[in-house]
Amino acid sequence: MKIKETPGRIVFKIINTIILVLLAFACLVPLWHVLMASISDPTYVTQHSGLILWPLHGEGHPVTLMGYQLVLNNNSLIRGYGNTIFYVVAGCILCIVFSSLAAYCMSRRKTIWMKYLIILLTFTMFFNGGLIPTYMVNKYLGIVNTRWVIIAMGLISIFNIIIIRTAFLSLPASLEESAQLDGAGHLTILFKIVLPLTKATIAVIALFYAVGKWNEYLTSAIYLTNRKLYPLQIILREILIESSGTNEFQVSQEMGGMDLYKKLIQYSTIIFATLPILCIYPFVQKYFVKGVMIGSIKG
Amino acid sequence: MRIKDIKKDWTRNKSVYLLAIPVILYFLIWNYLPMAGILLAFEDYSARGGIFFSEWIGLKNFIDFFQSYYLWRLFRNTIVLSIYSLIINFPAPIILALLLNEVENQYFKKVVQTISYMPYFVSTVVICGIITDFFAYDGALTDLLFKLHLIDQKKDMLSVKSAFRPIFVLSGTWQGIGYGSIIYLAALSGVDQELYEAAKIDGAGRWKQTIHITIPGIAPTIIIMLILTIGNLLNVAMEKVLLLYRPLTYETADVISTFVYRRGLIEGDFGYSTSVGLFNSVINMLLLFISNAISRKYSETSLF
Repeated sequence: MKIKETPGRIVFKIINTIILVLLAFACLVPLWHVLMASISDPTYVTQHSGLILWPLHGEGHPVTLMGYQLVLNNNSLIRGYGNTIFYVVAGCILCIVFSSLAAYCMSRRKTIWMKYLIILLTFTMFFNGGLIPTYMVNKYLGIVNTRWVIIAMGLISIFNIIIIRTAFLSLPASLEESAQLDGAGHLTILFKIVLPLTKATIAVIALFYAVGKWNEYLTSAIYLTNRKLYPLQIILREILIESSGTNEFQVSQEMGGMDLYKKLIQYSTIIFATLPILCIYPFVQKYFVKGVMIGSIKG
Repeated sequence: MRIKDIKKDWTRNKSVYLLAIPVILYFLIWNYLPMAGILLAFEDYSARGGIFFSEWIGLKNFIDFFQSYYLWRLFRNTIVLSIYSLIINFPAPIILALLLNEVENQYFKKVVQTISYMPYFVSTVVICGIITDFFAYDGALTDLLFKLHLIDQKKDMLSVKSAFRPIFVLSGTWQGIGYGSIIYLAALSGVDQELYEAAKIDGAGRWKQTIHITIPGIAPTIIIMLILTIGNLLNVAMEKVLLLYRPLTYETADVISTFVYRRGLIEGDFGYSTSVGLFNSVINMLLLFISNAISRKYSETSLF
């Protein structure tokens, strides 16, 4: 059945579509500009002001991948990339292991103390010691300026534990009881039975953690001074914002010097650093939607 | 609960408690121990005395802060940035969700949604890099503002005091509008469709349906999100301020958390900066409880 539309409704629909198209355009265009500029000719990029919607090139100044070549030859950047991958992978595994361990313990119904533990830990959601006291604790532990501090900070949050615990509690109790009768220990039950059955929730937590860790900058800015340990984001800050990082690129005077290549390098670096996330996120968005919903039910 | 029960619980669940030890230790070390570190706020910290044996000076750090030249500037900047963000960035995703909800072409809706999530996944450093580039002397947006006669001459906008707040807040809108709308779209899909049918029979138009069914339908979600936002009101996105401000714009850009960072970690004044940080988190806690209490009283929706 087709409902007859009033003229007002049609006008609304047109305006609505225009607004949404403009919004999508506004969200897309900054990164599009960066992408197009990163393959443009450096001379044109340096002289241009305004948006770049198509690669700038001309007679004798072809479209170029020069920026990416320079990026791939920058050791700091590549090392930062490697460090970030290490922090993401190691952090992700530990986050899932410890969060699900905690969630499993807290989902045991017939215990006396676990419910008090939950209350005690929930308190940390609302109050924390703050920047300086946390820094002091890490200093006493002697892990400032090591890889450990980057992994440890934000590894386990009560928020994640509660989400995983909710998923565990939704499984039938008989499942674990029968496993227990067969002589399975807690760890076997957790890793062989419970985790495989709740892998959708676990995937959401892992995904959120991974994206957060990939993009994290403040923790490293606070705790790391050893360049060898720097993750990608700190190197990016040097290149994009402080401009000091551009000195490390191998640009010779014959090529035209740093001033010519600076912007091209910055644009290429952005694409190089953001590409993995941009390629992955559209395909996992259904998990993000789910993650936000689980979060909102609990939140 | 008798001793016998506790003993029985221990024999039966010993292994569960033992398994929980690593996690309990984690929280003790990184969540509870720093709370003890709040003692620093009442001390004149010295490296020899550490957290527990430095000289006790009571409220002197707080009094120093309340009397300092910076108090008003920091407090004003923090509040102004928070309020602007609240007024603009809180309703924006709700409006987007309502607009998306009216779209009938599911393919178009999906595309707009996917594109609008994108800025959320780009790292703060890259976002700030793009902002720095776009608002540079010959940047794309500086150029646009100049052509629209909104500024009378081209300059590096991030060095202009009056430009910091709009740049900060509106880039926040750009970053968060799409992702923020997810939760409202989920709430919208949960609104009872029969209510709309009934309203149509009663002759209510689209606008009336939105006012009387859609908005009340997602009101609990809006209220919960509002309480959460208010509870974080003074937690201005510190990362972004750190990346975008310069000494030239401290007058409008320096907020409490960035001040704590500079004063504490860069200048090493631990006691003083801990007290400033404590002041910030106590106000946040108060705001959370007050907004929660108000909401519980008037709308029967509350966080806890």
